[in-house]
Amino acid sequence: MTTPRTLVAIGASLGGLRAVSMLLSALPGDFAAALLVAQHRRADVDSSLVQLLAQRCVLPVLEPDDKTSLLGGHVYVAPAGYHLLVEGSTVALSIDEPVNFARPSIDVLFETAARAYRQSAVGILLTGSSEDGAQGLGAIRRYGGRTIVQDPDEAESPVAPRAALRLGVADRTLNLAEIADLLVQLGRRPPAR
Amino acid sequence: MSTPGREEDLEALQSLELELLLTAVLRRYGYDFSHYAPASLLRRVQRAMQEERVRTISALQERLLHDPDALRRFVSVLSVHVTAMFRDPPFYRFLRTHVVPILRTYPFVRIWHAGCSTGEEVYSVAILLQEEGLYDRCRIYATDISDDLLARAKKGLVPLSDMRDFTANYLQSGGTQDFSRYYTAYFNHAVFHESLRRNVVFSQHNLAIDRSFNEFQLILCRNVMIYFDQELRRRVHGLFYESLSRFGMLALGIRESVQFSGYDDRYAAVDADLRIYRRIK
Repeated sequence: MTTPRTLVAIGASLGGLRAVSMLLSALPGDFAAALLVAQHRRADVDSSLVQLLAQRCVLPVLEPDDKTSLLGGHVYVAPAGYHLLVEGSTVALSIDEPVNFARPSIDVLFETAARAYRQSAVGILLTGSSEDGAQGLGAIRRYGGRTIVQDPDEAESPVAPRAALRLGVADRTLNLAEIADLLVQLGRRPPAR
Repeated sequence: MSTPGREEDLEALQSLELELLLTAVLRRYGYDFSHYAPASLLRRVQRAMQEERVRTISALQERLLHDPDALRRFVSVLSVHVTAMFRDPPFYRFLRTHVVPILRTYPFVRIWHAGCSTGEEVYSVAILLQEEGLYDRCRIYATDISDDLLARAKKGLVPLSDMRDFTANYLQSGGTQDFSRYYTAYFNHAVFHESLRRNVVFSQHNLAIDRSFNEFQLILCRNVMIYFDQELRRRVHGLFYESLSRFGMLALGIRESVQFSGYDDRYAAVDADLRIYRRIK
């Protein structure tokens, strides 16, 4: 498999498990983009988050090792207690200090995704009880990528979506069902020549 | 939409400044950070800029070249990793139940803790060895690139506010004692007892340029190489391979592996999930 053309980065905190698993359950088996998830979680819980998500998704869902090559059609979930970064065509992990009191931090994922994938990065900020992710979404936008924010009225916790809207960094504000539709479109393979 | 062109121009400028900074630090002080993984390196340089209150990487470069104290702070910002006592309790539980019995078969045990940062994991290993009655036969060589971080490690100071989490980790890892017997509270810090340091040698060692200095039965290097690029990781793996005794063990962070290290065929997993390997040739 080749390096994916499109990288989708999803960030969520409070209420995120339900929102993320709803999105993942909508993805088809031929989804071509790589999808990275930073979901705030306690550092001491085991990897049950991945198992929960994997049950809802036809694509492989994994907690990557450091410097794992990115593949299309794979879902990479930030391991508890690590920041998840994009570096070239791989994921990288770090145990630097928490950012916005969070590790994984959504800003760290979004900012590195922006640098590595530029116009081909898509940032999606879902429900969240802190402002983590709003700045990072701005980075994705500045580098020419697309930015989507979950409709705060729908979000279980509207703090993160509202922070992004206040910064004016969202290309679109959508509810989960609309985000799922958009993801399916973004994940289509380009037509063969 | 904003224009990506301007952002790219700024980034090109920043890359140039970063390259010049690393060259300056290398030529003036001999510290080579050019093989640090770029994504986290940039975040750390930005952090150093905040600490030094300068607005550009070029301004940071000027400060570092003219102020050796600023350089010391810079090295510690670039190399610190925020670790915890008994980080990953299942790892420490396995050390106790499976690795210690192997170490017991040696008359004398040398352990290298490479990239020990502020020492939390060094004290964790010392506690574990003491409880297992093996500490008196062990010597732990705890090394780090940063003198500042080593000085902190030597003091054995941990903020009291962290002790609740660390105590929980200790218990989950199979600790058998009242954790508070290992430290004394001093203002808002816990000070670990001298007896834990008795067989620990703290010294400066730079994984990027320094050589092997002994032969070890166990090397711990957890979550250090995640900050290195492929080339430097291979170098360090070479160094560890050379430094292990036959059947010596190598413990990495639980999201790292010997895969793609160039040495993967020389190790067998002692526990594949916990990333503990044993040199087999």
